Amino acid sequence: MTAPPTRAEVAVAACADAWRGDGEVLAAAMAPCSVLGARLARASFSPDLLTTDGAAVLTREPVPLGADGEAEGWLPFRDHLWLVLHGRRHVMLGASQMDAEGRSNISCVGDWERPTAQLLGVRGCPGNTVRNTVSYWVPRHSRRVFTPKVDMVSGVAAADAHELRRVVTDLAVMDFGGPGRTLRLVSAHPGSTVQQVRDATGFDLALPEGGAAAVAETRVPTGEELRLLREVLDPGGVRDKEVPG
Amino acid sequence: MTPDDIAAAIPDGAVLGIGGWGSRRKPMALVRALCRSPARDLTVVACAGPDLGLLCAYGKVRRAVVPFATLDSVPLEPWFRRAREEGRIALTEYDEGLFMFGLLAAAHRLPFLPTPAGLRSDVMRVNPELRTVRSPYPSPGHPGGEELAAAPALRLDAAFVHVNRADRRGNGQYLGPDPYLDDLFAKAADRTYLSCERIVEGFDGPPQTLLISRATVAGVAETPGGAHFTSCEPDYGRDERFQRAYAAAAKDPGAWDRFRASAVDAGEDAYQREARR
Repeated sequence: MTAPPTRAEVAVAACADAWRGDGEVLAAAMAPCSVLGARLARASFSPDLLTTDGAAVLTREPVPLGADGEAEGWLPFRDHLWLVLHGRRHVMLGASQMDAEGRSNISCVGDWERPTAQLLGVRGCPGNTVRNTVSYWVPRHSRRVFTPKVDMVSGVAAADAHELRRVVTDLAVMDFGGPGRTLRLVSAHPGSTVQQVRDATGFDLALPEGGAAAVAETRVPTGEELRLLREVLDPGGVRDKEVPG
Repeated sequence: MTPDDIAAAIPDGAVLGIGGWGSRRKPMALVRALCRSPARDLTVVACAGPDLGLLCAYGKVRRAVVPFATLDSVPLEPWFRRAREEGRIALTEYDEGLFMFGLLAAAHRLPFLPTPAGLRSDVMRVNPELRTVRSPYPSPGHPGGEELAAAPALRLDAAFVHVNRADRRGNGQYLGPDPYLDDLFAKAADRTYLSCERIVEGFDGPPQTLLISRATVAGVAETPGGAHFTSCEPDYGRDERFQRAYAAAAKDPGAWDRFRASAVDAGEDAYQREARR
Protein backbone atom coordinates (compact mmCIF):
# COMPACT_ATOMS: atom_id res chain seq x y z
CA MET A 1 0.00 0.00 0.00
CA THR A 2 1.26 3.46 -0.91
CA ALA A 3 2.09 5.80 1.98
CA PRO A 4 -0.12 8.92 2.04
CA PRO A 5 1.38 12.06 0.46
CA THR A 6 3.60 14.18 2.69
CA ARG A 7 3.27 17.96 2.99
CA ALA A 8 6.33 18.31 0.74
CA GLU A 9 4.75 16.10 -1.92
CA VAL A 10 1.55 18.17 -1.89
CA ALA A 11 3.69 21.30 -2.27
CA VAL A 12 5.68 19.80 -5.16
CA ALA A 13 2.49 18.89 -7.02
CA ALA A 14 1.19 22.44 -6.43
CA CYS A 15 4.45 23.80 -7.85
CA ALA A 16 4.08 21.48 -10.85
CA ASP A 17 0.57 22.80 -11.46
CA ALA A 18 2.00 26.30 -11.95
CA TRP A 19 3.44 25.12 -15.30
CA ARG A 20 0.28 23.32 -16.42
CA GLY A 21 -0.64 24.35 -19.96
CA ASP A 22 2.57 26.32 -20.55
CA GLY A 23 3.65 24.35 -23.62
CA GLU A 24 7.20 24.50 -24.97
CA VAL A 25 8.83 26.93 -22.53
CA LEU A 26 11.73 26.64 -20.13
CA ALA A 27 10.50 25.66 -16.67
CA ALA A 28 13.20 27.29 -14.53
CA ALA A 29 13.50 26.80 -10.77
CA MET A 30 16.17 26.82 -8.05
CA ALA A 31 14.98 25.22 -4.81
CA PRO A 32 14.44 21.47 -4.33
CA CYS A 33 10.61 21.47 -4.29
CA SER A 34 10.23 23.96 -7.16
CA VAL A 35 12.82 22.09 -9.27
CA LEU A 36 10.96 18.86 -8.55
CA GLY A 37 7.71 20.58 -9.51
CA ALA A 38 9.10 21.57 -12.90
CA ARG A 39 10.42 18.07 -13.57
CA LEU A 40 7.24 16.42 -12.30
CA ALA A 41 5.11 18.62 -14.59
CA ARG A 42 7.27 17.62 -17.54
CA ALA A 43 7.29 13.93 -16.58
CA SER A 44 3.48 13.87 -16.37
CA PHE A 45 1.05 16.44 -17.77
CA SER A 46 3.32 19.01 -19.55
CA PRO A 47 5.76 16.90 -21.61
CA ASP A 48 6.78 19.77 -23.91
CA LEU A 49 8.41 21.77 -21.08
CA LEU A 50 12.18 22.22 -21.17
CA THR A 51 14.11 21.47 -17.98
CA THR A 52 17.77 21.50 -17.04
CA ASP A 53 20.18 19.44 -14.95
CA GLY A 54 20.50 22.40 -12.58
CA ALA A 55 23.52 23.62 -14.52
CA ALA A 56 24.04 24.34 -18.24
CA VAL A 57 22.43 21.28 -19.84
CA LEU A 58 18.86 21.03 -21.16
CA THR A 59 18.17 17.35 -20.56
CA ARG A 60 16.44 14.96 -22.94
CA GLU A 61 14.34 13.62 -20.05
CA PRO A 62 13.50 15.23 -16.67
CA VAL A 63 16.35 14.00 -14.47
CA PRO A 64 16.46 13.11 -10.75
CA LEU A 65 17.68 15.80 -8.35
CA GLY A 66 21.46 16.07 -8.53
CA ALA A 67 21.78 13.70 -11.50
CA ASP A 68 23.25 14.30 -14.94
CA GLY A 69 21.27 13.47 -18.04
CA GLU A 70 21.67 13.18 -21.76
CA ALA A 71 21.66 16.64 -23.33
CA GLU A 72 19.08 17.89 -25.80
CA GLY A 73 20.44 21.41 -25.62
CA TRP A 74 22.84 23.82 -24.00
CA LEU A 75 21.81 26.71 -21.76
CA PRO A 76 24.78 28.38 -20.09
CA PHE A 77 24.06 31.32 -17.77
CA ARG A 78 24.44 33.86 -20.58
CA ASP A 79 21.67 32.11 -22.52
CA HIS A 80 19.42 32.12 -19.47
CA LEU A 81 19.87 35.89 -19.58
CA TRP A 82 19.08 35.88 -23.29
CA LEU A 83 15.98 33.80 -22.66
CA VAL A 84 14.82 36.15 -19.90
CA LEU A 85 14.46 38.93 -22.49
CA HIS A 86 13.32 36.62 -25.29
CA GLY A 87 10.58 35.51 -22.94
CA ARG A 88 9.85 31.81 -23.56
CA ARG A 89 10.35 31.03 -19.90
CA HIS A 90 8.29 30.54 -16.74
CA VAL A 91 10.48 30.77 -13.68
CA MET A 92 9.65 29.88 -10.09
CA LEU A 93 11.67 32.23 -7.90
CA GLY A 94 12.26 32.33 -4.17
CA ALA A 95 11.44 35.27 -1.89
CA SER A 96 12.80 36.24 1.51
CA GLN A 97 10.06 38.90 1.70
CA MET A 98 6.88 39.50 -0.29
CA ASP A 99 4.23 42.19 0.09
CA ALA A 100 0.52 42.06 -0.75
CA GLU A 101 1.11 43.53 -4.23
CA GLY A 102 3.67 40.82 -5.09
CA ARG A 103 6.88 42.79 -4.70
CA SER A 104 9.60 40.38 -3.62
CA ASN A 105 12.99 40.75 -1.97
CA ILE A 106 16.04 38.47 -1.90
CA SER A 107 18.56 41.31 -1.61
CA CYS A 108 18.84 42.43 1.99
CA VAL A 109 16.85 43.06 5.18
CA GLY A 110 16.80 46.53 6.67
CA ASP A 111 18.01 49.78 5.18
CA TRP A 112 19.74 49.05 1.85
CA GLU A 113 22.49 51.59 2.61
CA ARG A 114 23.49 49.55 5.66
CA PRO A 115 21.43 46.38 5.91
CA THR A 116 20.89 44.48 9.14
CA ALA A 117 21.13 41.29 7.06
CA GLN A 118 22.75 41.17 3.64
CA LEU A 119 21.20 38.40 1.56
CA LEU A 120 21.90 37.34 -2.04
CA GLY A 121 21.46 40.57 -3.99
CA VAL A 122 18.72 41.07 -6.58
CA ARG A 123 20.14 38.39 -8.95
CA GLY A 124 17.93 38.20 -12.06
CA CYS A 125 14.66 39.02 -10.29
CA PRO A 126 14.08 42.47 -11.83
CA GLY A 127 14.48 41.21 -15.41
CA ASN A 128 12.62 37.99 -14.73
CA THR A 129 9.56 39.74 -13.36
CA VAL A 130 9.27 42.36 -16.12
CA ARG A 131 9.77 39.89 -18.99
CA ASN A 132 8.82 36.34 -17.93
CA THR A 133 5.91 34.56 -16.37
CA VAL A 134 6.94 34.26 -12.73
CA SER A 135 5.72 32.14 -9.86
CA TYR A 136 7.19 31.91 -6.37
CA TRP A 137 8.02 29.04 -4.05
CA VAL A 138 8.26 29.85 -0.33
CA PRO A 139 9.13 26.78 1.78
CA ARG A 140 8.18 28.41 5.09
CA HIS A 141 5.03 30.54 5.06
CA SER A 142 5.44 33.16 7.81
CA ARG A 143 4.87 36.79 8.72
CA ARG A 144 8.59 37.38 8.25
CA VAL A 145 8.22 36.52 4.58
CA PHE A 146 4.73 37.88 3.87
CA THR A 147 5.26 41.38 5.17
CA PRO A 148 3.48 44.72 4.64
CA LYS A 149 6.61 46.28 3.08
CA VAL A 150 9.65 44.67 1.48
CA ASP A 151 13.01 46.31 2.23
CA MET A 152 14.35 46.11 -1.36
CA VAL A 153 12.18 45.51 -4.42
CA SER A 154 14.03 42.82 -6.37
CA GLY A 155 10.93 41.36 -8.06
CA VAL A 156 8.40 43.97 -9.24
CA ALA A 157 4.75 44.19 -8.16
CA ALA A 158 2.10 42.15 -10.00
CA ALA A 159 0.76 45.35 -11.56
CA ASP A 160 4.22 46.12 -13.03
CA ALA A 161 5.13 42.55 -13.95
CA HIS A 162 4.82 40.58 -17.17
CA GLU A 163 2.72 38.02 -15.27
CA LEU A 164 2.88 36.84 -11.67
CA ARG A 165 1.16 33.46 -11.88
CA ARG A 166 1.03 31.94 -8.39
CA VAL A 167 2.74 31.60 -5.05
CA VAL A 168 3.13 28.16 -3.52
CA THR A 169 4.15 27.73 0.13
CA ASP A 170 4.31 24.87 2.61
CA LEU A 171 0.79 25.86 3.71
CA ALA A 172 -1.11 27.09 0.69
CA VAL A 173 -1.44 28.17 -2.92
CA MET A 174 -2.07 31.83 -3.74
CA ASP A 175 -2.49 33.92 -6.86
CA PHE A 176 -2.80 37.64 -7.59
CA GLY A 177 -6.55 37.77 -8.08
CA GLY A 178 -7.18 39.94 -5.01
CA PRO A 179 -8.32 43.60 -5.26
CA GLY A 180 -5.76 45.63 -7.27
CA ARG A 181 -3.80 42.48 -8.19
CA THR A 182 -3.02 41.57 -4.60
CA LEU A 183 -2.27 38.17 -3.15
CA ARG A 184 -5.32 35.95 -2.82
CA LEU A 185 -5.63 32.59 -1.12
CA VAL A 186 -6.62 29.91 -3.65
CA SER A 187 -6.23 26.70 -1.67
CA ALA A 188 -4.93 25.52 1.68
CA HIS A 189 -2.96 22.29 1.81
CA PRO A 190 -4.54 19.30 3.55
CA GLY A 191 -3.94 19.79 7.27
CA SER A 192 -3.76 23.61 6.99
CA THR A 193 -6.72 25.83 7.79
CA VAL A 194 -7.62 29.14 6.18
CA GLN A 195 -7.18 30.82 9.54
CA GLN A 196 -3.72 29.30 9.96
CA VAL A 197 -2.65 30.62 6.54
CA ARG A 198 -4.03 34.09 7.23
CA ASP A 199 -2.38 34.16 10.67
CA ALA A 200 0.97 33.31 9.06
CA THR A 201 0.59 36.23 6.63
CA GLY A 202 1.65 39.71 7.77
CA PHE A 203 -1.04 41.54 5.80
CA ASP A 204 -4.72 41.00 5.13
CA LEU A 205 -4.70 38.08 2.68
CA ALA A 206 -7.56 38.33 0.20
CA LEU A 207 -10.02 35.44 -0.07
CA PRO A 208 -11.91 34.21 -3.11
CA GLU A 209 -15.45 35.35 -3.73
CA GLY A 210 -17.48 33.47 -1.14
CA GLY A 211 -14.85 33.93 1.57
CA ALA A 212 -13.13 31.27 3.65
CA ALA A 213 -15.71 28.66 2.70
CA ALA A 214 -14.73 29.10 -0.97
CA VAL A 215 -11.04 28.31 -0.33
CA ALA A 216 -10.36 24.91 -1.84
CA GLU A 217 -8.19 22.18 -0.40
CA THR A 218 -4.99 21.81 -2.42
CA ARG A 219 -5.12 18.63 -4.47
CA VAL A 220 -3.01 15.67 -3.42
CA PRO A 221 -0.61 14.13 -5.95
CA THR A 222 -1.91 11.25 -8.03
CA GLY A 223 -0.54 7.75 -7.55
CA GLU A 224 1.58 8.12 -10.68
CA GLU A 225 2.94 11.49 -9.49
CA LEU A 226 3.89 9.95 -6.15
CA ARG A 227 5.63 7.09 -7.94
CA LEU A 228 7.58 9.54 -10.14
CA LEU A 229 8.60 11.62 -7.12
CA ARG A 230 9.51 8.75 -4.80
CA GLU A 231 11.07 6.29 -7.24
CA VAL A 232 12.45 8.44 -10.06
CA LEU A 233 12.93 12.16 -9.39
CA ASP A 234 13.78 12.29 -5.66
CA PRO A 235 14.42 8.82 -4.22
CA GLY A 236 16.70 10.44 -1.59
CA GLY A 237 13.81 12.47 -0.16
CA VAL A 238 15.43 15.90 -0.47
CA ARG A 239 11.90 17.39 -0.70
CA ASP A 240 11.09 16.25 2.85
CA LYS A 241 14.20 18.02 4.16
CA GLU A 242 13.06 21.29 2.58
CA VAL A 243 9.52 20.86 3.93
CA PRO A 244 9.48 18.62 7.01
CA GLY A 245 6.29 16.59 7.46
CA MET B 1 53.98 35.36 -14.89
CA THR B 2 53.40 34.24 -11.32
CA PRO B 3 50.22 35.12 -9.42
CA ASP B 4 52.28 37.52 -7.32
CA ASP B 5 53.61 39.25 -10.48
CA ILE B 6 50.04 39.67 -11.67
CA ALA B 7 48.85 41.01 -8.31
CA ALA B 8 51.71 43.53 -8.38
CA ALA B 9 50.35 44.87 -11.70
CA ILE B 10 47.06 45.94 -10.08
CA PRO B 11 47.34 49.55 -8.87
CA ASP B 12 45.44 51.09 -5.96
CA GLY B 13 41.96 52.18 -6.97
CA ALA B 14 41.78 49.86 -10.00
CA VAL B 15 38.45 48.70 -11.42
CA LEU B 16 38.95 44.93 -11.47
CA GLY B 17 36.62 42.46 -13.20
CA ILE B 18 36.72 38.87 -11.95
CA GLY B 19 35.44 36.01 -14.12
CA GLY B 20 33.64 32.85 -13.10
CA TRP B 21 30.22 32.80 -11.43
CA GLY B 22 29.39 32.42 -7.72
CA SER B 23 31.61 29.62 -6.48
CA ARG B 24 32.48 28.36 -10.00
CA ARG B 25 35.79 28.64 -11.87
CA LYS B 26 36.96 31.70 -9.95
CA PRO B 27 40.60 32.78 -10.40
CA MET B 28 41.21 32.17 -6.71
CA ALA B 29 45.02 31.85 -6.94
CA LEU B 30 45.14 35.36 -8.43
CA VAL B 31 42.69 36.61 -5.78
CA ARG B 32 44.83 35.07 -3.01
CA ALA B 33 47.89 36.80 -4.47
CA LEU B 34 45.99 40.09 -4.57
CA CYS B 35 45.10 39.63 -0.88
CA ARG B 36 48.83 39.33 -0.11
CA SER B 37 49.67 42.42 -2.21
CA PRO B 38 49.54 46.04 -1.05
CA ALA B 39 46.73 46.96 -3.51
CA ARG B 40 43.79 48.79 -1.96
CA ASP B 41 40.60 50.75 -2.73
CA LEU B 42 39.58 48.35 -5.49
CA THR B 43 36.28 48.39 -7.35
CA VAL B 44 35.40 44.73 -7.91
CA VAL B 45 33.05 43.88 -10.81
CA ALA B 46 31.85 40.27 -10.66
CA CYS B 47 29.12 37.64 -10.52
CA ALA B 48 30.51 37.29 -7.07
CA GLY B 49 31.46 34.45 -4.79
CA PRO B 50 34.41 33.87 -2.47
CA ASP B 51 36.58 36.05 -4.74
CA LEU B 52 34.76 39.14 -3.52
CA GLY B 53 34.48 37.66 -0.02
CA LEU B 54 38.24 37.12 0.41
CA LEU B 55 39.02 40.58 -0.94
CA CYS B 56 36.49 42.04 1.54
CA ALA B 57 38.09 40.03 4.35
CA TYR B 58 41.44 41.64 3.49
CA GLY B 59 39.94 45.14 3.31
CA LYS B 60 40.81 45.54 -0.36
CA VAL B 61 37.37 46.56 -1.63
CA ARG B 62 36.06 50.12 -1.84
CA ARG B 63 33.08 49.27 -4.07
CA ALA B 64 31.46 46.07 -5.35
CA VAL B 65 29.55 46.10 -8.66
CA VAL B 66 27.55 42.87 -8.55
CA PRO B 67 24.15 41.30 -9.21
CA PHE B 68 24.68 38.84 -6.33
CA ALA B 69 27.25 37.23 -4.06
CA THR B 70 26.88 33.54 -3.23
CA LEU B 71 28.88 30.40 -2.50
CA ASP B 72 26.18 28.38 -4.37
CA SER B 73 26.05 25.38 -2.00
CA VAL B 74 26.31 27.84 0.92
CA PRO B 75 23.71 30.44 -0.06
CA LEU B 76 25.25 33.59 1.39
CA GLU B 77 28.84 34.88 1.07
CA PRO B 78 29.94 35.48 4.68
CA TRP B 79 32.58 38.19 4.20
CA PHE B 80 30.50 40.17 1.71
CA ARG B 81 27.68 40.04 4.26
CA ARG B 82 29.89 41.36 7.02
CA ALA B 83 31.36 44.11 4.85
CA ARG B 84 27.85 45.28 3.93
CA GLU B 85 26.39 44.98 7.42
CA GLU B 86 29.35 46.84 8.93
CA GLY B 87 29.13 49.52 6.23
CA ARG B 88 32.68 48.92 5.04
CA ILE B 89 32.04 48.79 1.26
CA ALA B 90 29.99 50.73 -1.26
CA LEU B 91 27.69 48.73 -3.53
CA THR B 92 26.38 49.03 -7.07
CA GLU B 93 23.66 46.37 -7.15
CA TYR B 94 22.50 45.40 -10.67
CA ASP B 95 20.14 42.85 -12.14
CA GLU B 96 22.13 39.99 -13.76
CA GLY B 97 21.01 40.93 -17.27
CA LEU B 98 21.71 44.63 -16.71
CA PHE B 99 25.17 43.59 -15.47
CA MET B 100 25.84 41.43 -18.55
CA PHE B 101 24.74 44.25 -20.85
CA GLY B 102 27.18 46.56 -19.03
CA LEU B 103 29.99 44.15 -19.90
CA LEU B 104 28.67 43.71 -23.46
CA ALA B 105 28.60 47.49 -23.91
CA ALA B 106 32.17 47.79 -22.63
CA ALA B 107 33.31 44.86 -24.80
CA HIS B 108 31.92 46.68 -27.85
CA ARG B 109 33.19 50.10 -26.67
CA LEU B 110 29.61 51.39 -26.54
CA PRO B 111 28.54 53.90 -23.86
CA PHE B 112 25.48 51.83 -22.88
CA LEU B 113 23.04 49.15 -23.99
CA PRO B 114 19.27 49.31 -23.45
CA THR B 115 17.40 46.65 -21.47
CA PRO B 116 14.16 46.36 -19.51
CA ALA B 117 15.97 44.46 -16.72
CA GLY B 118 15.96 46.69 -13.64
CA LEU B 119 12.98 48.87 -14.56
CA ARG B 120 10.32 49.32 -11.86
CA SER B 121 12.53 47.55 -9.29
CA ASP B 122 14.63 49.15 -6.54
CA VAL B 123 17.72 48.71 -8.74
CA MET B 124 16.70 52.10 -10.14
CA ARG B 125 16.26 53.55 -6.62
CA VAL B 126 19.59 52.41 -5.16
CA ASN B 127 21.54 53.38 -8.29
CA PRO B 128 20.35 56.97 -8.85
CA GLU B 129 23.04 57.43 -11.52
CA LEU B 130 21.21 54.90 -13.76
CA ARG B 131 19.38 56.58 -16.63
CA THR B 132 16.69 55.39 -18.99
CA VAL B 133 16.60 55.77 -22.75
CA ARG B 134 13.60 55.91 -25.09
CA SER B 135 13.55 53.94 -28.34
CA PRO B 136 13.29 56.20 -31.41
CA TYR B 137 11.11 53.52 -33.01
CA PRO B 138 7.44 52.97 -32.20
CA SER B 139 6.50 49.40 -31.26
CA PRO B 140 3.28 47.57 -30.33
CA GLY B 141 2.16 48.94 -26.99
CA HIS B 142 4.72 51.74 -27.17
CA PRO B 143 3.62 54.23 -29.87
CA GLY B 144 6.04 56.82 -28.47
CA GLY B 145 8.91 54.33 -28.23
CA GLU B 146 9.66 51.91 -25.38
CA GLU B 147 11.53 53.28 -22.38
CA LEU B 148 14.42 51.08 -21.26
CA ALA B 149 17.19 51.14 -18.69
CA ALA B 150 20.51 52.28 -20.18
CA ALA B 151 23.08 49.84 -18.80
CA PRO B 152 26.29 51.89 -18.58
CA ALA B 153 29.43 50.27 -20.00
CA LEU B 154 31.37 48.42 -17.29
CA ARG B 155 34.85 49.34 -18.50
CA LEU B 156 37.51 47.53 -16.50
CA ASP B 157 41.10 48.52 -15.84
CA ALA B 158 41.95 44.85 -15.48
CA ALA B 159 40.29 41.44 -15.42
CA PHE B 160 41.21 38.12 -13.78
CA VAL B 161 40.00 34.95 -15.51
CA HIS B 162 40.79 31.28 -14.80
CA VAL B 163 40.50 28.61 -17.53
CA ASN B 164 41.33 24.93 -17.89
CA ARG B 165 44.07 25.30 -20.52
CA ALA B 166 46.09 28.14 -22.00
CA ASP B 167 49.11 28.58 -24.20
CA ARG B 168 52.08 30.78 -23.41
CA ARG B 169 50.79 33.54 -25.67
CA GLY B 170 47.57 33.91 -23.68
CA ASN B 171 44.97 31.97 -25.62
CA GLY B 172 42.58 30.36 -23.15
CA GLN B 173 40.36 27.27 -23.36
CA TYR B 174 37.46 26.27 -21.10
CA LEU B 175 36.47 22.60 -20.97
CA GLY B 176 33.51 22.72 -18.57
CA PRO B 177 29.81 23.15 -19.34
CA ASP B 178 29.62 26.94 -19.03
CA PRO B 179 31.86 29.79 -20.23
CA TYR B 180 30.15 32.09 -17.68
CA LEU B 181 30.88 35.69 -18.81
CA ASP B 182 34.67 35.25 -18.96
CA ASP B 183 35.21 36.36 -22.57
CA LEU B 184 33.12 39.48 -21.87
CA PHE B 185 35.28 40.34 -18.86
CA ALA B 186 38.38 39.93 -21.04
CA LYS B 187 36.95 42.12 -23.79
CA ALA B 188 35.70 44.78 -21.34
CA ALA B 189 39.13 45.14 -19.70
CA ASP B 190 42.19 47.10 -20.73
CA ARG B 191 44.41 44.28 -19.45
CA THR B 192 43.31 40.72 -18.78
CA TYR B 193 45.35 38.32 -16.67
CA LEU B 194 44.72 34.67 -17.26
CA SER B 195 45.44 31.77 -14.94
CA CYS B 196 45.07 28.17 -16.05
CA GLU B 197 45.26 24.61 -14.78
CA ARG B 198 47.89 23.75 -17.35
CA ILE B 199 49.87 25.52 -20.06
CA VAL B 200 49.84 23.49 -23.28
CA GLU B 201 51.73 23.68 -26.58
CA GLY B 202 48.56 23.01 -28.59
CA PHE B 203 44.86 22.66 -27.84
CA ASP B 204 42.73 19.51 -27.94
CA GLY B 205 39.00 19.85 -28.46
CA PRO B 206 36.75 21.89 -30.74
CA PRO B 207 37.70 25.48 -31.59
CA GLN B 208 34.59 26.89 -29.91
CA THR B 209 36.16 25.96 -26.54
CA LEU B 210 38.86 28.58 -27.24
CA LEU B 211 37.13 31.26 -25.20
CA ILE B 212 39.87 33.82 -24.60
CA SER B 213 41.98 35.43 -27.32
CA ARG B 214 45.60 36.39 -26.67
CA ALA B 215 44.72 39.79 -28.20
CA THR B 216 42.97 40.64 -24.92
CA VAL B 217 45.49 39.03 -22.55
CA ALA B 218 48.40 40.80 -20.86
CA GLY B 219 49.78 37.85 -18.90
CA VAL B 220 49.35 34.15 -18.17
CA ALA B 221 50.07 32.16 -15.02
CA GLU B 222 50.03 28.38 -14.75
CA THR B 223 48.22 27.69 -11.44
CA PRO B 224 47.21 24.02 -11.01
CA GLY B 225 44.30 24.06 -8.56
CA GLY B 226 44.09 27.78 -9.21
CA ALA B 227 40.28 27.90 -8.93
CA HIS B 228 40.24 25.91 -5.67
CA PHE B 229 38.00 25.85 -3.57
CA THR B 230 35.55 26.80 -6.33
CA SER B 231 34.75 24.32 -9.10
CA CYS B 232 36.77 24.00 -12.30
CA GLU B 233 35.00 21.31 -14.29
CA PRO B 234 36.02 18.88 -15.68
CA ASP B 235 39.37 19.13 -13.89
CA TYR B 236 37.75 19.19 -10.43
CA GLY B 237 34.50 19.96 -8.65
CA ARG B 238 34.00 22.39 -5.81
CA ASP B 239 35.78 21.43 -2.57
CA GLU B 240 32.67 21.56 -0.41
CA ARG B 241 34.50 20.63 2.79
CA PHE B 242 37.06 23.40 2.32
CA GLN B 243 34.35 25.91 1.38
CA ARG B 244 32.39 25.07 4.53
CA ALA B 245 35.57 25.59 6.56
CA TYR B 246 36.00 29.01 4.91
CA ALA B 247 32.38 29.99 5.66
CA ALA B 248 32.62 28.75 9.25
CA ALA B 249 35.95 30.51 9.85
CA ALA B 250 34.40 33.83 8.81
CA LYS B 251 32.20 33.65 11.92
CA ASP B 252 35.00 33.17 14.44
CA PRO B 253 38.05 35.49 14.78
CA GLY B 254 40.41 32.77 16.02
CA ALA B 255 39.36 30.33 13.31
CA TRP B 256 39.72 33.08 10.71
CA ASP B 257 43.26 33.92 11.81
CA ARG B 258 44.19 30.26 11.37
CA PHE B 259 42.38 30.00 8.04
CA ARG B 260 43.97 33.09 6.53
CA ALA B 261 47.43 32.16 7.78
CA SER B 262 47.35 28.75 6.09
CA ALA B 263 45.04 29.48 3.15
CA VAL B 264 46.32 32.86 1.95
CA ASP B 265 49.26 34.35 3.80
CA ALA B 266 51.50 31.27 3.51
CA GLY B 267 51.60 31.56 -0.27
CA GLU B 268 50.15 29.53 -3.13
CA ASP B 269 52.43 26.50 -2.87
CA ALA B 270 51.65 26.06 0.83
CA TYR B 271 47.95 26.58 0.07
CA GLN B 272 47.90 23.86 -2.56
CA ARG B 273 49.64 21.43 -0.20
CA GLU B 274 47.01 22.26 2.44
CA ALA B 275 44.18 21.84 -0.06
CA ARG B 276 45.39 18.36 -1.05
CA ARG B 277 45.65 17.08 2.53
